[in-house]
Amino acid sequence: MRGIVRVFGLPVLLVLAWWAYSAVADNFYVPDPLRVAQAFADTWFGQRLLDDALPSVGRLAAGYVVATVIGVGLGVPIGLSTRLRATAEPVLEFFRAIPPPVLVPLIMLLVGIDDTMKVLVIVSGCVWPILLNTVEGVRALDEVLADTCRMYGISRWHLILRGASPQIMAGLRQSLSVGIILMVISEMFASSSGLGFTIVLFQRGFQIAEMWSGILLLGLLGFALSTAFRWLERRILFWHWSNRA
Amino acid sequence: MLEITGLKKEYGGREAVRDLTFSLDRGELVCVVGPSGCGKTTLLRCVAGLLPATAGTVSVAGERVSGPPPNMAVVFQEYGRSLFPWLTVRENVELPLKERRIARIFRERLVFDSLAAVGLGDVPGAYPWQLSGGMQQRVAIARAIAYEPQVLLMDEPFAAVDAQTRAELEDLILALWQRLGTTTLFVTHDIDEAVYLGQRVVVLSSSPTVVLEDLKIDLPAERDQLTTRALPRFADLRGHVYAQIQRAKGAR
Repeated sequence: MRGIVRVFGLPVLLVLAWWAYSAVADNFYVPDPLRVAQAFADTWFGQRLLDDALPSVGRLAAGYVVATVIGVGLGVPIGLSTRLRATAEPVLEFFRAIPPPVLVPLIMLLVGIDDTMKVLVIVSGCVWPILLNTVEGVRALDEVLADTCRMYGISRWHLILRGASPQIMAGLRQSLSVGIILMVISEMFASSSGLGFTIVLFQRGFQIAEMWSGILLLGLLGFALSTAFRWLERRILFWHWSNRA
Repeated sequence: MLEITGLKKEYGGREAVRDLTFSLDRGELVCVVGPSGCGKTTLLRCVAGLLPATAGTVSVAGERVSGPPPNMAVVFQEYGRSLFPWLTVRENVELPLKERRIARIFRERLVFDSLAAVGLGDVPGAYPWQLSGGMQQRVAIARAIAYEPQVLLMDEPFAAVDAQTRAELEDLILALWQRLGTTTLFVTHDIDEAVYLGQRVVVLSSSPTVVLEDLKIDLPAERDQLTTRALPRFADLRGHVYAQIQRAKGAR
C-alpha cells in the first residue's frame, strides 16, 4: 500500500492540480485532463500510431544505432592512443559544443528533407556523448587488468569492451534523451509524418487537446525508453553496481 | 630455467635498475627482497616481458624474453584489480585456458583442480567482489597454477592482506610449490616472508639497483609458521638480511 502511494502519489497530485487549474482558469489552451485523455484515446489508438508514432521511433532507432556504431568505433582507437587523443580531443569538444538543432537547416540543404535528414540530425547529436564517454572509458582501463591480459594471452577486446562498458552505457543513456529531443525537432522543420510534425499540425489547427495528448505521448515514450534502458543497464553492468555498493 | 643477465632499466635517463644478474634453476623458489622503492616491481615487469629492459637479457628455458612468454604466469599485488569483476571465480580461472584453446574437458578439470588446491572448491559461481581480499588472491593463484606455467612470478602478492591471511597464503604457496615444483620468483619487501619461503634470497640494493647478496637459505625443507620461525637459524638469516638492507639504505 505504502509503495503504491509512493509511486503514484505525486502523479495523482499533479493531475489533480492541473484539473483544478483548468477549472478555475477557464483557459482555452489549457483543457482539463479528462478532455486530454479522451483526445489521447481518439488520436493515438488507431491508424495514427502507425502513421506518425512508428516512423518517429524508427528514425530514432536508426539514428541511435548509427551513432552507437560510430561513437564506439571511433572512441575505442582514440581512447587507446595518447597521440590520437591529443590530436582529436579539442576538435571533438568543439563539435560537441555545437547545438545539434542548428545543423538541421544545413543538413536539409545537403541531403534534402527525407528520412535521411532526420536520421542524420539524430546521429549528429547522439554521437558525441557516446564517443566522448567511450574515449574516457577506454583511456581509464585498469592497468593491472591490462597487464593480466598480456600475461595470460587474453584478447584485448575482452578487456576493452567489458571494462569500458560502464562509461559506454553512461554515454548511451545521455544520448537517448538527446535523441528523443532531436527526433521531435527534426520533424518540426520539414516533415509529413512523425510526432513532432503531428503536434505542430494540431497546434496550427487549434486542436488543443490533441496537441496536449501528443506531448503526453512523447513523455510516455521517453519514460518507457529510459525504463527499458535502465533494465538493460542493470543486466549488463550488474558487476559494476554491486562492485561499488 | 630463468636467467637474468646484466639487466638495466632507465626511465628518461634516470637509472632505476643498474645491473642485475641472477638465475633460478628448474623447480627453485627464490625470493627477491629489497628496501622499498628499490625497483622490485620494475625488475618483475622486465622479467615478465611487460616492460622492455634498457640493457641486459632475461631468458626463460633458454628462450630470450621480448614480450610476455606463454609459459609464464604472474600473481599481482593488486588482487582486486587483476581479476575481472564481470566474470565469476570459475570464469576468471578458465579464461586464459579458453584463449589457449584447451579442450573443454581438460579445461574443466584444470579449473576444478586448481580451485580445490587453493581451497575455493565451493565458490566457483561467486564473483570476485563478493569474496574477501585473501580469497581473491587465492583465485589469482588458482588462475596462475591452472595455466600450468614453467615459471611463476609473484609481485608482493600478500602485501595487501592481513597478517593471519598472509601466513595462510604463505603456507599455501609452499604447499603448492612442493606439490607442483614450479620454478617461482617471489618478490617481497618483507624480510621474514622472504626467509620463510625461499630456498634462496636475493637481496637488492636501493635504486639504482644491484644485487647485494644471493643468500642460500639452509633451513629444513619442511617449513612451519611456528617451528621454522622459532629456529635460531631463522633468526640469524633474518638478522643478516635485515642488516644488509639497512646498509643498503644507509649507502644511499
